[in-house]
Order: sequence, then C-alpha cells, then structure tokens
Amino acid sequence: MSAWETVIGLEIHAQLATRSKIFSGSATAYGAPPNAQANLVDLGYPGVLPVLNAEAVRMAVKLGLAINARIAAQSVFARKNYFYPDLPKGYQISQYELPIVAAGALDIVLDDGQVKRIGITRAHLEEDAGKSLHEGLPGVTGIDLNRAGTPLVEIVSEPQLRSAKEAVTYMKKVHTLVRYLEICDGNMQEGSFRCDANVSVRPAGAHKLGTRAEIKNLNSFRFVERAINYEVARQIDILESGRAVVQETRLYDPDRGETRAMRSKEEANDYRYFPDPDLLPVVLDEALIASVRATLPELPDQKAARFASQYALSAYDAGVLTASRELAAYYEEVVRELAQEPKLAANWVMGEFAAALNKENLEVGSGKLPPARLAGLLRRICDQTISGKIAKEVFETMWSGGASADAVIDAQGLRQITDTAAIERVIDEVMARNPAQLAEYRAGKDKLFGFFVGQVMKATAGKANPAQLNELLRRKLAG
Amino acid sequence: MSDWHTSTLTQLAAGLRARKFSSVELVRAYLDRIDASQAALNAFISVTREQALADAAQADRALAAGAGGALTGVPIAHKDIFCTQGVRTTCGSRMLDNFVSPYDATVVAKLKGAGAIMLGKTNMDEFAMGSSSETSYYGPVRNPWNPQLVPGGSSGGSAAAVAARLVPAATATDTGGSIRQPAALCGITGLKPTYGRVSRYGMIAFASSLDQGGVLTASAADAALMLREMAGFDANDSTSVDTPVPDYVAALEQPLAGLKVGLLREFFDKGLDAQNEQRVREALKLYEQLGARLTEVSLPNLPLSVPVYYVVAPAECSSNLARFDGVRFGYRCENPRDLLDLYRRSRGEGFGAEVKRRIMTGTYVLSAGYYDAYYLKAQRVRQLINADFTRAFGSVDVLMGPTTPTPAFAIGAKTSDPITMYLNDIYTIGANLAGLPAVSIPCGFVQDLPVGLQIVGPHFSEARVLNAAHAFQRASDWHTRVPQGYA
Amino acid sequence: MALTREQIASIAALARLDLSSAEIPVYQDSLSRILDFVGALDRADTTDVAPMSHPLPGLSQRLRPDVVTEQDRHEQYQANAPQVAAGLYLVPKVIE
Ligand SMILES: [Mg+2]
Ligand SMILES: [Zn+2]
Repeated sequence: MSAWETVIGLEIHAQLATRSKIFSGSATAYGAPPNAQANLVDLGYPGVLPVLNAEAVRMAVKLGLAINARIAAQSVFARKNYFYPDLPKGYQISQYELPIVAAGALDIVLDDGQVKRIGITRAHLEEDAGKSLHEGLPGVTGIDLNRAGTPLVEIVSEPQLRSAKEAVTYMKKVHTLVRYLEICDGNMQEGSFRCDANVSVRPAGAHKLGTRAEIKNLNSFRFVERAINYEVARQIDILESGRAVVQETRLYDPDRGETRAMRSKEEANDYRYFPDPDLLPVVLDEALIASVRATLPELPDQKAARFASQYALSAYDAGVLTASRELAAYYEEVVRELAQEPKLAANWVMGEFAAALNKENLEVGSGKLPPARLAGLLRRICDQTISGKIAKEVFETMWSGGASADAVIDAQGLRQITDTAAIERVIDEVMARNPAQLAEYRAGKDKLFGFFVGQVMKATAGKANPAQLNELLRRKLAG
Repeated sequence: MSDWHTSTLTQLAAGLRARKFSSVELVRAYLDRIDASQAALNAFISVTREQALADAAQADRALAAGAGGALTGVPIAHKDIFCTQGVRTTCGSRMLDNFVSPYDATVVAKLKGAGAIMLGKTNMDEFAMGSSSETSYYGPVRNPWNPQLVPGGSSGGSAAAVAARLVPAATATDTGGSIRQPAALCGITGLKPTYGRVSRYGMIAFASSLDQGGVLTASAADAALMLREMAGFDANDSTSVDTPVPDYVAALEQPLAGLKVGLLREFFDKGLDAQNEQRVREALKLYEQLGARLTEVSLPNLPLSVPVYYVVAPAECSSNLARFDGVRFGYRCENPRDLLDLYRRSRGEGFGAEVKRRIMTGTYVLSAGYYDAYYLKAQRVRQLINADFTRAFGSVDVLMGPTTPTPAFAIGAKTSDPITMYLNDIYTIGANLAGLPAVSIPCGFVQDLPVGLQIVGPHFSEARVLNAAHAFQRASDWHTRVPQGYA
Repeated sequence: MALTREQIASIAALARLDLSSAEIPVYQDSLSRILDFVGALDRADTTDVAPMSHPLPGLSQRLRPDVVTEQDRHEQYQANAPQVAAGLYLVPKVIE
C-alpha cells in the first residue's frame, strides 16, 4: 500500500461535429489552408457579433441526456478574459456559472471487474482557440485561426479518479460515448478529443485535497497515462523531500516523457469572467429536450448489457464488442446471418477480424470484409465443410482477395473430408508406412497418438474432419 | 438653388423624388459646406467625396427611372464607429487609424439600401468614450454655436455636422447619452431607440449591453424617416429584437391630447442650471397647452445611474477592447521585443488616456475579489433602476425632463476631472441602463446656447416618443434655428 | 478608496497596457476618485435583487441553423494585418 493517494479530475474537450462554427458560419473542416476558414467573427473584427449554432446546443443536450445529467432550463455564456495570440477577441466565450449540463455520471469498469461511478460535475459549451505554429518560422510565431470558434463541449469530472489507469479508462469511456452519440469524431491526432488533467496527491486516508497541477492538452490515451504517472511521482518526490507542490499549469513533453511548467502562463491568471452581453440566456424548453432525446441511440452500457443477455456473451466480450458503435453493428450483422452461433461470431469478430483491421489500421466501416462474407465463412465451420484451422487460412485469402468463403474453399479444394471410408483409407496407409511407431504405440506409448494425427492431417492437407479422425484413428490403432 | 441646407431631410427626399434638383447637385453642395467648415468645426474624420459623387450620379439615374427607396439621393454622414466597407473606420482612435473595414455595418447597409448617400465619417470621442468629443485622436470637435465650446459627445462630429447643416442627418450611437447630450448642446434632434431596435452589427462595441445606434437630425420628422430605414431585426445580432418596425413617419401626426407625461422629480434637482430648468419648464407648459397631462413621478434609484454606468460600461469595454492587440488589424508598435511588449506597447500607444482609464477601471471591477462588490452590485442596482422605470410607465406614457444639467461648456473645462465630465450624462444614462427609447429636442436657448428637452418612453415606444417630439416642433421653431455662419 | 502605484501597475499589466512612470500617478488619482464615486452604490439595498445583465429582460438566445455561409477571404481580411506570411498572422516568437 502506498502512503500516498492520487486524486485526478479530467477536463475533456470534445470538438462538436457541426458543419459550421459555434458563433459563425465558417466551416469547421480539418486541414484547410491557414486562416481560410476564419471569417470576421472568428477573427474578432471590430463590430462583429456572435450568433449561436443550434446544432452545437443540441449536441450538448444529447451528451447531457446520455450521462443522466441535469439539462439547464437556462444557461448563460460568459467571457473568459485573457490575452493570447490564438485567442482573437482577447476572451473566450465559454459558460461559467450556469453551464448547459450539470451533475451527470458515467460508470467505468476497473481491472478487477468492479464498476465505479465517476461523477461529471458539468459539461459546458465554449469556443476553441486557434493554433500557434512555431516550426520553420525563425524568430516569429504564426497564427492560424481556422480552429478558432470551433464548438467544444468541455466535460469536467469530479476528482474521483485514483490512478492514471482509471483516468484512461474513464477517458476511453467518454470517447466511446461521444462517438456513439455522433457528436464528436473522436480524432485525437487532429485534436478533436483531448483533455486537461488535474493531478494532486495526498497522504492515504487524508480528506483534504493536495495542491494540484493542471496538465494541459493531452491528446492521446498513452500520453494521459504517462503524464499522470510522471506527475504523481514528481509530486510525491516533492512532498517526501519536505517541499510543497506549486499550483500551476504544466505541459507534457512526449519526447522526454516529462511534465514541465508552462512559461507563458507563469503570470497568475485572473480571467475576469462575466456574462457575455452579446449573447442572451440559452433557454431550453421541454419540447427541444424531448426532440433531442428521441435521437439518442442505444448507449454503450445498454448495448453491452443487451449483448451479454441476448447473445449469452461474457461481460468482457460484450464490452469489447460494444466499444464502438460500428463494431457492435458489424457483430450484429454477422449474428443476423448466423443466429445459432453468437459465441463463434463473437470470437471471430474480436479475434481474426479485429486483428486484421488493426494490422492495416482500417476502420470497421472500411467495407474490406462485409459482415455477410464473414458469416458465410463461419457457416462453413458450423456445417463442418472446413475446420476452424482451415477457416483461418480461408479468412486470410478472403481478406486479401475479397472472394467469398465458398469460392476460396472450392478453388483451393479445402472442403473437409468427412467420408469415413476415405479417412480410414488414409489411416491404413499411414499405419502401413510407420510400422515401428505403430508397434511402440501398441506397446503402450500413448503419446504417439498425436504423431498419427499429424501424419493423417499432412496426407489430407489438413482437410480430415478432426473429430471423425480422432475417433477412427483411436479404433484402428487399437487394432 | 442654394438653400438646400435649410431644408429638412424629409423635404430633400421629396424634392429628389419630384426631380426638383439632382442628387449630384445636392451632394456637391453639402460636400462644399463640409470642406468649408472643417477647419472651424473638425466634424469629419474622413470625407468620401469621389464615392459620394459617384453614388449620387447613380441615385439620379435611379430617380430618373422612377426607382429608388425612401432616401434615394439624400446625403448623410456616419459616425466613424460604424464599419463602412472599403472606407477607413477609425472610431476616433490612433488604434484604428489605418483600419479599412472589409464590411458594412447593418445600419450602413440598410441606409445604403434605402438610397442614402454617405458623404463621410464623423469625428467622435475615442471609442465613444466621452461626453465632449475632446478625446478623439483627430482633435476635438467644436460647437457650431460657439467654437470655443464642446459640441457634447461622444457623437459630437455628427451633432456638429447636423447643427451646422453640413448634412441633413447623421448616424450616431448612444451608450450613456452620446446621441441626446450632443443633440441638446448643438440644438438639434437626437433619437436613441430601444436597445435591440437597431442592429449593433458593425457598430464598434464600447459597452455591449448599453450601446444603441440612432440618429441626429434637424427634426423629429426626419428622425422618424431615418429610423424607419435603420431599424429592424438583424440575424447577425443576437440582441436585436424580432418585432415589426412601425411606420414612424405615419405615426407622427397622431393627436397629443390626453398624453400622460411624467416629470422626473430626480431630474429637477440641485445640479440643474436654473436657466436650463426654466427653458424646460416652458417647454412643459407648451405640452400642457397641446393637451398633455403633467404629473410628477419619482424614480428613487435614478440618482445612482451614473455610478452604475461607470462600473458596467468600463467592465464591458475592458473586454470589448481586448481584441485591439496589434495582431490582426490596427496599430502595432515599432520593433516589439517579445509578445508581451507587443501587446503592452501597441495598446499603450494606440489608445488615448480616457480609453485607457476606462479599460483599467473595467479590468479592476471585474477582477478577482472586486467582481461582487462592484460589477455584481452595479448590475443589481441597475435592476432597481429598471424597476423604477417600469413602475413609472405603469402610470404615465412618457417621462420628460432636461437632457443635460447645463448648456455647452468650454473646451478643456472638464478634462482634468473625470467625475465632473461623467456627471454630464446624469439625465441620459438611465435610459441606457433600462434600454429605453429617448429623444432630445431643442427647447430654447440660454445665453445663445441651445437647451434640450428629453422625452423617454417605454420599450419600443419610438412612435409615441417621436409623435410627442413632432407635436412640440409643430408648435415651436427652436429646431429650425441654425448657428450664425451656417445659416 | 486610494489605489497604490503597485495596484495601478498590476491592473495595467492585466489589461496589457504599457504606462509610463508619469502616467501611473495620474491613473492612481483618477481611478481612486472613480472608485470613490461608484462607492455610492453601497447605499442601495440590493438584498434579493438579481443582477441585470441585459436591458431587455425575458429575451432568450436565438439559434442559428448549422450552415456554412462563409468563403475563404483571408487575403482581404489580412490586408489590415501588421504582419503576415503564408496566410499566417505573425507575432514575436511565443515560448510555451
Ligand atoms: Mg478548463
Ligand atoms: Zn475549456
């Protein structure tokens, strides 16, 4: 037991998948030339005013409903004032005292299988800032404001996470959820989903929170885990040497695997929040909330529970299959064709199929192997046309060539041999060719059974039905 | 014909439609008046002669074809706070000395759409922060009634231009009295509409919850005509109100009999100059003769409106002016050492003293530890003031009182003490805090200087307020007086 | 309420305003006077009074349909910029 307890809260920023920005009609597409998607509002030109995007509001409500939160009948946009070149107006429009979503929760499954409920303090709407580019510009920094004004929902957890691992599990859960809800593309490399981690440690059993550091802008699960672990160790070192942790903003440097204090934020911030006079209170009536509720898909936890009971899967398998909406849909397509074998389908979808996707870095929806094709292959295992082992070879061929299972089986002559007489004929030949081994076996060297199985399989190119072969071989060897 | 400048906007629009004269002639005549006055009044920051003449020629073609809108061919000017596409828009500040707007403010676009011809951009207090038009980077504006005196502010350039008949009408903005106070000091009509009646899009923000665009004219009828074209819902302004625009011109002639007028007790206080008060009382007597019923009403929290304003307006301005950072537009200091130096010197050199004072006041009242005591407290008192107005409008149709405590004062007289300057707006700020429409009309003279009468109405009662102002102007001729040298 | 030199300096720093040493006492004096003046607000009893941040109470925020209406006009918009290169606004090197 460590003498220290780690306390982590995450502020996750998810870019909402709207077409246009939160307060302007500029596009939000990724990868446009610098400032091509920054209009007068995004640039903070004199005289311009913000107008709120309806879809951003609906998406935030959708998230709120999915985490059983309170949807605020009235929420208020505020200005967070600070100077930074990627912040064109000198303030960020965000929500402060009255966020649109409050008091929700999300369950995560810990390593030991226990379910832990993580409180979500609030989720609020705000605008993203632009980007500062330092590379290739000697002595200057370039500012690209294409991202400025992209809608974000900031999801703030209670400080209830107790390890880097828990933090990652929770963040993955949120990641799954926002993609299920289709409110965020979840692309972490492009910065669509990222988090700030508030990390502190305290003596085990203490009630008072320790001084925290905020690690900014972590954009991969791996970085979250490493940054928190580094930060926890750093803070314990400081405390054990009798010094005090300083409350500050830190950056994670993935190359060095360290966190360091942010230089530009050294000066104490005083954000001077106040209600934005350019925007009115956002009032949500029951009708709007109901119309958003009607668009809610089956949520990950609901789907996992249904999979477990409907398809008699373990909680673990159900969890893996529902980790993404696309994978779950793929699985259900396969099962639709193969209703009697949901477990076999699960093994193949989680096993060969997921591995193949992974290897080529493909999405489930890439269309590489339609679910009906995979079902066609599994059907041939069920009806004993091929063995599971041969099926793996057929899968490889199907994956790279795109043909159906039956076509591959026929073309390569892989049909399983289930004709008793044919198998017996091969057994006889093998016995005749290996008299010494036969004698040893009969003298009691049982281990040689495997040798004979191997020889028959080799002679049939693996096509002999394994169960039949076992039975016939045992009888024949016995003499 | 050389007496166009003594005609009203309404008369000029009719004359153009009747093809009694051409827009080119008219525009050239007014441009000449502007040029001739500039050295004495400094009412303009930019004069757009070439464009104006080209637009006038186009207007003449439209008129010849029987086409055109309500204001086709009529010359106007815009306060330099309104963004005008392709035209320098400075807001009276060094910060925007080189700023050419890539877009038109909604007000500018609407007036353009109605056919009005812009002759130029008028001088103003820097970022509309002032009550005397002395804080402009382009030098002070002078009062046409006496060039030693201020014209009021912040819309002093627009007010001086209309008073000297350099244009028949000019747009303006009013955050704490910046239309009505210069109207009073220059002897013209100034209308501040209900908050949300006129789009703020493209109007460079000073204090967003108080700013409202309006107009300065020679008469209430002209203000009605201008407002009808300027007002209306704008999808680009979330605080613009989606309610139909009545025909303010058609409503002008409604009978006044039975109008319930509340006299604001708090406005007739010890701060009010005795002679000023006398002119206002005489005007009220005229209203009685016209059939209005006068009663005294009290708004007990109104005396706190100036302190509320000097918390709320600086708070909003400190945030609104953060975008002027030397990065995307506007002034940038020479050879910045680093980013912080770029910010601090660009802003320190680009803004004038009063703007910096207000930014700092606003920064302070919003900062940690002071927000509740200043900003929130002020917004609570604002609620009380608003409730006072609501209560008053339960028993009267309009409120009347003086626009300012005194007539125009000398240039430089109040620049050393901000509080003295701020108290100029003591009678006008209440309408901004509560978002009410209000008009100032000339109601007489004190020592050859004009005095203004203020009429305040409930939300969206512009038609009623203008109707009351028009009735007075039909029964008096103060609004037809033109300063010596400009007649 | 008298503000100190240090307070003026820190407000100016927060507001990113460079003030000369001659300007500081001027603002010290005028800001102190303004704060004294607005101190009159303390006289009002605002118990149970909600702050009013909009002049038209009861209105709510209008929502805009999620439609892209803008085109790339960065060249036109950057005509006002003090320093640009390759479509980027330039500032002195920022070190994080
Ligand atoms: Mg945050
Ligand atoms: Zn955020």
